[in-house]
Amino acid sequence: MKLMLFAPELVLLLGSLVLFFVSTGKVGGRKARTIALSLALINVLACLNGLPLEGSLFYNAYQIDFFSQFIKLIMAMGFAVVLLFSTELKGIEDRVRPEYYLFLTLSTLGLTMLVSSVELLTMFIALELSSYSLYILVPMRDDRTGLRMQMESAIKYILFGVVATGVMLFGMSYLFGLTGTTYLAELLPILHQMMGNPAALIAIAMVLGGFFFKLAVFPFHSWVPDVYQGASNETTAFIASVPKVAAVAMLIRLTAMATPEGQALVILLIVLSVCSMFYGNLVALQQTDMKRMLGFSGIAHAGYVLLGLVTMQEVGYAASLYYIIGYLVMNLAAFLVICKVSEHGENLAVDDLGGLYQRSPLLALTLAVSMFSMAGIPPFVGFMGKFMLLTGAYKAGHLPLVIMAAINTAISIYYYLSVVRVTYSASPEERPVVVVGGVAKAVSVALVMIIIAMGLFPDSLLQLATEAVRAIL
Amino acid sequence: MDFLIINAMGYPILSAMIFLPLVGALILLCIPGDTAAKYWTMLVTVVTALLSLPLYWNFDATTAKYQFGEHAPWISSLNINYTLGIDGISLLLVLMTTLIMPLCVLGSWRYIDKRVKEFMICLLLMETSMLGVFMALDFILFYLLWEAMLIPMYLLIAVWGGPRKVYASTKFFLYTLAGSVLLLVAIIGLYLDQGTFSIPALMGQDYSTTFQVVVFLAFFLAFAIKVPMFPFHTWLPAAHVEAPTAGSVILASILLKMGTYGFLRFCLPITPEATLIFVPYVLWLSVVGILYGGFTALAQQDMKKLIAYSSVGHMGFVTLGIFVLNQQGLEGALLQMINHGITTGALFFCVGMIYERTHSRELDAAAGLGKYMPVYVSFLAFFSLSSLAFPGTNSFVGEFLILVGAFAHNKIVAAFAIPGAILAAAYMFRMLQRVVWGRPDNPDHSGIADLNLREMATLAPLLIFVFWIGLSPEPFLRVMHVSVTHLIEQVGGLGDAVSVAKLMIP
Repeated sequence: MKLMLFAPELVLLLGSLVLFFVSTGKVGGRKARTIALSLALINVLACLNGLPLEGSLFYNAYQIDFFSQFIKLIMAMGFAVVLLFSTELKGIEDRVRPEYYLFLTLSTLGLTMLVSSVELLTMFIALELSSYSLYILVPMRDDRTGLRMQMESAIKYILFGVVATGVMLFGMSYLFGLTGTTYLAELLPILHQMMGNPAALIAIAMVLGGFFFKLAVFPFHSWVPDVYQGASNETTAFIASVPKVAAVAMLIRLTAMATPEGQALVILLIVLSVCSMFYGNLVALQQTDMKRMLGFSGIAHAGYVLLGLVTMQEVGYAASLYYIIGYLVMNLAAFLVICKVSEHGENLAVDDLGGLYQRSPLLALTLAVSMFSMAGIPPFVGFMGKFMLLTGAYKAGHLPLVIMAAINTAISIYYYLSVVRVTYSASPEERPVVVVGGVAKAVSVALVMIIIAMGLFPDSLLQLATEAVRAIL
Repeated sequence: MDFLIINAMGYPILSAMIFLPLVGALILLCIPGDTAAKYWTMLVTVVTALLSLPLYWNFDATTAKYQFGEHAPWISSLNINYTLGIDGISLLLVLMTTLIMPLCVLGSWRYIDKRVKEFMICLLLMETSMLGVFMALDFILFYLLWEAMLIPMYLLIAVWGGPRKVYASTKFFLYTLAGSVLLLVAIIGLYLDQGTFSIPALMGQDYSTTFQVVVFLAFFLAFAIKVPMFPFHTWLPAAHVEAPTAGSVILASILLKMGTYGFLRFCLPITPEATLIFVPYVLWLSVVGILYGGFTALAQQDMKKLIAYSSVGHMGFVTLGIFVLNQQGLEGALLQMINHGITTGALFFCVGMIYERTHSRELDAAAGLGKYMPVYVSFLAFFSLSSLAFPGTNSFVGEFLILVGAFAHNKIVAAFAIPGAILAAAYMFRMLQRVVWGRPDNPDHSGIADLNLREMATLAPLLIFVFWIGLSPEPFLRVMHVSVTHLIEQVGGLGDAVSVAKLMIP
């Protein structure tokens, strides 16, 4: 029975082994994709099946609870969607595609393990497994178009990543030094008693840093624009969505370690939140490259998500979780459009979307829905998520922060709207009609429906998120 | 729930009206062909209009409670409900909306020649959200529809608009959105204070003055931009000029009313103390708006711009009537909202009809049309007279009531508003004179056809209402009496604020 607890991870692990053997042979990308895709779908099933399970493995270093299973399911779906719409994998050369899928799967495996880790070293290893796979994915982009920037991006990504990891490890060593254990369950009671101790706060803050890096919270954001721009569209779609869910999940787990009296931590989170929102939104106003813009917008969204964490309450955590799931969906919708519109896997400027509504009405609609949702316009999930975050933060007494977030909504609408404007008002000129396959069409319709459904009927998913959060508090 | 009279019609009439256009839009997605799309949209809007008629027959004018009520839990974790209901304040606005929409479809019959289906979908989505805004009794439901409306309206301007559509649509979106983000914060604040999003339940509660002032300001910013009040009006001329005819009509007739509706529904009853504090400032802003709108309209060459600025003036009268806070003023304001919707909507249709023929909105290019389009200019003349509040037309009744209310409140403010009425005559007659007769050097209009049957059918219903309200306003005033009285009770007398007002007014 213990194997069942571990089923999603096993599926991914076995799958990556298969992909590994495939990659040593002369198999083309098409077959590797079939393997990866079926793997992703099996993974979704395994996660669904594992949803109600509870238990712990590996000397209690690995916990299966509703929280972890719920996040795993969300990530499995995100992974599957990325694979579903990145059919052509335009930016990657055919001969490295098996490896590409291998590392993508490994990264997902790392993330899947991460959310179940309740021991510091396990956590670290899981995180690194996913990070290093991503580091390798970035420079895999081909340089047929003379684009060499992916190399620079990869170097930046790995350097910043290693620094963030170092900071996190340093924090972990403090935690261990203070408490004498690496198990979160044992850490918690001891830490609660020493919340007045600056060392404890610094330790928690540093550990959080590693996840701030993944989520791209200011000041751990500097890799974002370059990596988004340098990596191929499909890679960015993955980096921008799935790891962020895991990061939020872990941030919730860790923030829950601090008691509500951890005022210093709250202040830190507030400062980071405000900085992220303003920095992300203000810089995004200037961007002309679509992925870069989404990168900065991602930084701003990370700031919004922190709004839920500062509450230090179940409602806030659930809202954060809800928001990041919503963000996953709307981000995937946006990247779906980018991947499809980009003809040979090149980067898209915002202007390249000109007249999209004449070239492909469905993609234009998907993009518009995604943009309006990110801007927080009802009836889409972005609004409902933001509304719950604001309500939670206001309830916890952070009115200034709420007002800042509201002002940021007003700032951000400009650049989201400019994308919609180009899509609908500009003329297509010489740009070709975009051909979209049946699967991609179905996926984009499904994403739009989810965005609307989550915006109008948040109740059931919110309940799941609340239950999930309750499982770890 | 004692504020709500649950609907006893046997079917959920309000929900039916909200969802019919939405379902119609979804079905329209699968209907091929432009002509079919037009007929289908016409059908849907007409059915919605017919559906709305029983509201008037069955409306109980003796109670200030919300009628035809519907209540269903929606998001239970946050105590958000799907609550609908209308009272004497929203009834006429709902009826006007359902009346205007079929006319918008008729008015776009030839004007829109590309992407007809998408255009009609946008119109239907607009109808759903506009009706919802007037019916919603839950703050989140209200806010959701209030914001969601921006998207179809934005697309109406951005896709089917004129040459500067990008600028106009972006400006429209940014202004309105920026105004309403703090509205959301205020709504959350009220919720945390009272634990409910129910609008009627939030009225008449004991909030501290500071809280009221802050909430009022957040409300005011959102609604003042929507009205638009001077100095928040700059998006309006741009949006009006670039929008297609139907867009302009919806904007002028219905969207602007949401701002003033917001004042009536939220500012006055929820934050009465703050309202009393801010009355003098708002009154003076209204007066400035009236005069500014009038003078600016006088200088316009573009007919749409002229009417847009006249809207600023007319809406100034409406806010004036609202914030004098007496029975005549409020009833006049409410009636004037309807009047402005009918008259200005009709005027935008008229300009659109010229534009379809001459492809210009310049006054000079339209000069002397009267010779070739006698029927058209008769319509135009009646609507222009209505716009300048000529006795016997609808606006006269509204403006008269507002001025009576204003004089009762403060003679000086009222006196300053009077020139607005004269200015209206000046700019409307200037336009009328040019279009009907022009000068000896008129451009050649021979070959331009007069109105066809469809165009007459678009304007005729509006003309009927111009005279109906003008000659016999009682059926319209009757339904609002009790609700307005109730509203005044909610605000309370002009207690302390009078002293503040006296400081402001010599």
